[in-house]
Amino acid sequence: MSNKPLLNVKDLHISFGQVNSISHAVQGISFKIEKGETVAVVGESGSGKSVTAMALTRLLPESAHCKITGCIQLEEQDTLALEADALREIRGGKIAYIFQEPSTSLNPVYTIGFQIKEALDLHRPEVTDQQAEAERLLDAVGIKDPRQTLNDYPHQLSGGMQQRAMIAMALACQPKLLVADEPTTALDVTIQAQIIELLKKLKSEQEMSIMLITHNFGIVTGFADRVIVMFRGNIVESGPTDEVLKNPQHPYTQALIDCIPKLGKKQDRLTTIDYEKITG
Amino acid sequence: MSRIREVIVAVWDRKSGRALLILLLALYVCAIAAPFIAPYETSTQELGKAFHPPTSLTFSEGRLAVRIYQQTNKDLNLFEPIEGKIAPIHFFSRGYEYKILGILPWDRHLFTVDEAHRIYLLGSDSTGRDVFSRLLYGSQISLSIGLIGISITLFFGFIVGAVAGFYGGKTDFVIMRLVEILMAIPGLYLLLALRSALAPYFSSTKMYLVIVIILALIGWAGTSRMIRGMALSIRNRPFVQASEAMGQSTTVILFRHILPNLSSYLLVAATLSIPGYILGEAALSFLGLGITEPDASWGLMLSQAQEARILMLNFWWMLTPGVAIFITVMAFNLLGDILRDIVDPKFGINKS
Amino acid sequence: MSLLKVENLKVHFPVRTGLLQRVTDHIFAVDGISFEIAQGSCVGLVGESGSGKSTTGKAIIGLNPTTAGSIHYESTNLSGLNTSDFLPFRKKIQMVFQDPFNSLNPRMRVEALIGEPLEIHFPEMSRSARRARVSELLTQVGLSPDSIDRYPHAFSGGQRQRIGIARALAVKPEFLILDEPVSALDVSVQAQIINLLADLKEEFNLTYLFISHDLAVVEHFCDYTLVMNEGKVVEQGETEKVLNQPRDAYTRRLIDAVPSL
Repeated sequence: MSNKPLLNVKDLHISFGQVNSISHAVQGISFKIEKGETVAVVGESGSGKSVTAMALTRLLPESAHCKITGCIQLEEQDTLALEADALREIRGGKIAYIFQEPSTSLNPVYTIGFQIKEALDLHRPEVTDQQAEAERLLDAVGIKDPRQTLNDYPHQLSGGMQQRAMIAMALACQPKLLVADEPTTALDVTIQAQIIELLKKLKSEQEMSIMLITHNFGIVTGFADRVIVMFRGNIVESGPTDEVLKNPQHPYTQALIDCIPKLGKKQDRLTTIDYEKITG
Repeated sequence: MSRIREVIVAVWDRKSGRALLILLLALYVCAIAAPFIAPYETSTQELGKAFHPPTSLTFSEGRLAVRIYQQTNKDLNLFEPIEGKIAPIHFFSRGYEYKILGILPWDRHLFTVDEAHRIYLLGSDSTGRDVFSRLLYGSQISLSIGLIGISITLFFGFIVGAVAGFYGGKTDFVIMRLVEILMAIPGLYLLLALRSALAPYFSSTKMYLVIVIILALIGWAGTSRMIRGMALSIRNRPFVQASEAMGQSTTVILFRHILPNLSSYLLVAATLSIPGYILGEAALSFLGLGITEPDASWGLMLSQAQEARILMLNFWWMLTPGVAIFITVMAFNLLGDILRDIVDPKFGINKS
Repeated sequence: MSLLKVENLKVHFPVRTGLLQRVTDHIFAVDGISFEIAQGSCVGLVGESGSGKSTTGKAIIGLNPTTAGSIHYESTNLSGLNTSDFLPFRKKIQMVFQDPFNSLNPRMRVEALIGEPLEIHFPEMSRSARRARVSELLTQVGLSPDSIDRYPHAFSGGQRQRIGIARALAVKPEFLILDEPVSALDVSVQAQIINLLADLKEEFNLTYLFISHDLAVVEHFCDYTLVMNEGKVVEQGETEKVLNQPRDAYTRRLIDAVPSL
């Protein structure tokens, strides 16, 4: 194996809108994700974290007059320079996504099995026994009765089960990088913990990298190897998770950690973020 | 409602949308101003000038004039212009009397020629009536029928649909079954039956209203079903529950919270169903069950074009009502498509 | 005496099937729960989705019909009141909803949104007085009075939730049902809203029923906690006690699932 990172993003700028009303969502960020590494991108809504993830495979809507500059290198390819056909190979093939709302990311009119097989058709045509492979995938994400679930429609599953099915679909293509955009925000706490455990287990089994996008430092601990903190389109801090959590360098990181209510440490008042102090 | 204004501005901002709006506006202005623009009344005959071709225009001594024709073949209704003979066109001149918007009497017209001669911009029909004038008067019927019809449809559709969707349960069940019964009635045959049964009691103009009402009474059932579905989903949105929780009355909830959130949809639905009414009236009049002579409507005028000699002898101007129907229906359909693009959240403008 | 007393409350939803919509089954959303809320307290109602916690909140304010049991507000039984008898209680009890994006009518300006409960409960109030009151409320929830003529889409999630809170406060209620008011917000915004709610409680002497799935927030915010699972209250008591010495297995599972920093 080479020492080259799986993903190397250099000086990425993303802006929306036309001449008179441009908003700069991402303002020149650079980061790397190594093979087999879990990186958490933490920030509030509007910090540019989701936009960055979508830009990796140019998933941003063209109608929004979106402009992306910089360099996104996936292994040896620059995804920003790729043609549409080659890009489709990468979407789902090398980079797979799971989103916040499993109920809206699954097509309600097809069975889970159909949707997994569709993904197999697209990215792994060499698989001959799709039924067996789909069952294996559902089993891998911890669904108890995979054979039955293949014939179920999304609405017949609970939120946690839907998210598991989404993960199975993402895994169907054996991606190199799994982008998880707030995968647990819409779920109950107990289910949240289960999904995080599942992602941890899958990462070690499948040799894939995970890019976890979240607004909550709470789910980062014990899961991500490295943390990238984004604030208003810029990376303000990055480093190994434990170090960042124990000894945050940037005042914003500190504030983001402090504002989370912690069980067993009752405060008189919750700490809020003083933006004026941060932006100076 | 500001939402509707927003949508109209968005239509205006598109080239094709602006063109369609101007076209439709022009059509309606012409319909309203028909008595002023039309040189003759719908019933003004000139039996000697049946199937007169469109008079050609010419300049003489700096004035616009029409050429004068003579009949060259009585059997085939052929006319030839007489060399050198012309009749000048008078603008804003006096003509037959009419009432502006049905109220103020006036006798000025956009253009006329001397009473001894005739101006036929689009030729004349079998009794020498001016097709152009009849087309204008006919547009009053054809264009207003859609608006009146859709208003009735939307009114009943919204009230019934929103009530069913809002209350749900048994109310919804009963209302929707009644609506389904109404939808199962074969509309066209009901219309034919009612029309022939009522014929002796109504004059042609009253019949016009009867037609609209019948068309709308059949049409609202489908609309109400769609509105019911949408009301049902809006009804479960938290802002409606919030309003209920604070003790708001049902009527206010229907009109303040549910209607405005349906307005853009209703606008699209209305635009797309207007052609149905225009074509419905045309079909009935074509079959002789709608507007009757001597009044004019596009469908009725088109029915006169059925005669074999019109095609044989190439009296093409008799088909202009068909062109008018085609243009109007296309304009409404295209406008409806544009509206749908704008209103549909998938196209991104409906960002809330 | 307690402000609100719920006894053996049941909310069952009928499941209808077939052409004639015959009732074939019931969903036992809330299945016999009892609790009391003292004047001036803040009670946390904790549970996962489907536990019946939101249904309980909605039943109290009459958005869901009750199947059995009683809900006493002071000395009046709310269940079984008709619409007009319920109206005065819709002024005393207000609700803040979870989803700040959907709980405000997108077609109404802030003035109309916050003014709506005023219109219902103070119909004699003049237009200008109402506008002044809305401005005052906006300031109280930490928004600029300039925003009075704007539409909801011009605000962020946290700001919308502030509008929702201002609307609930407009008619000077005594009791607020907070249905997951911060679940849809970023953690950083959560803290601001929780602090705001704490301040308002102090200032206007309010009583809260705080529905949430986040134990850490409940620990911080509530003095008394109810844990619901599958339509039943499995454990209740002082927050500290419930969280530190949980007796029920389900409560323990909930506590264990909270990520630790």
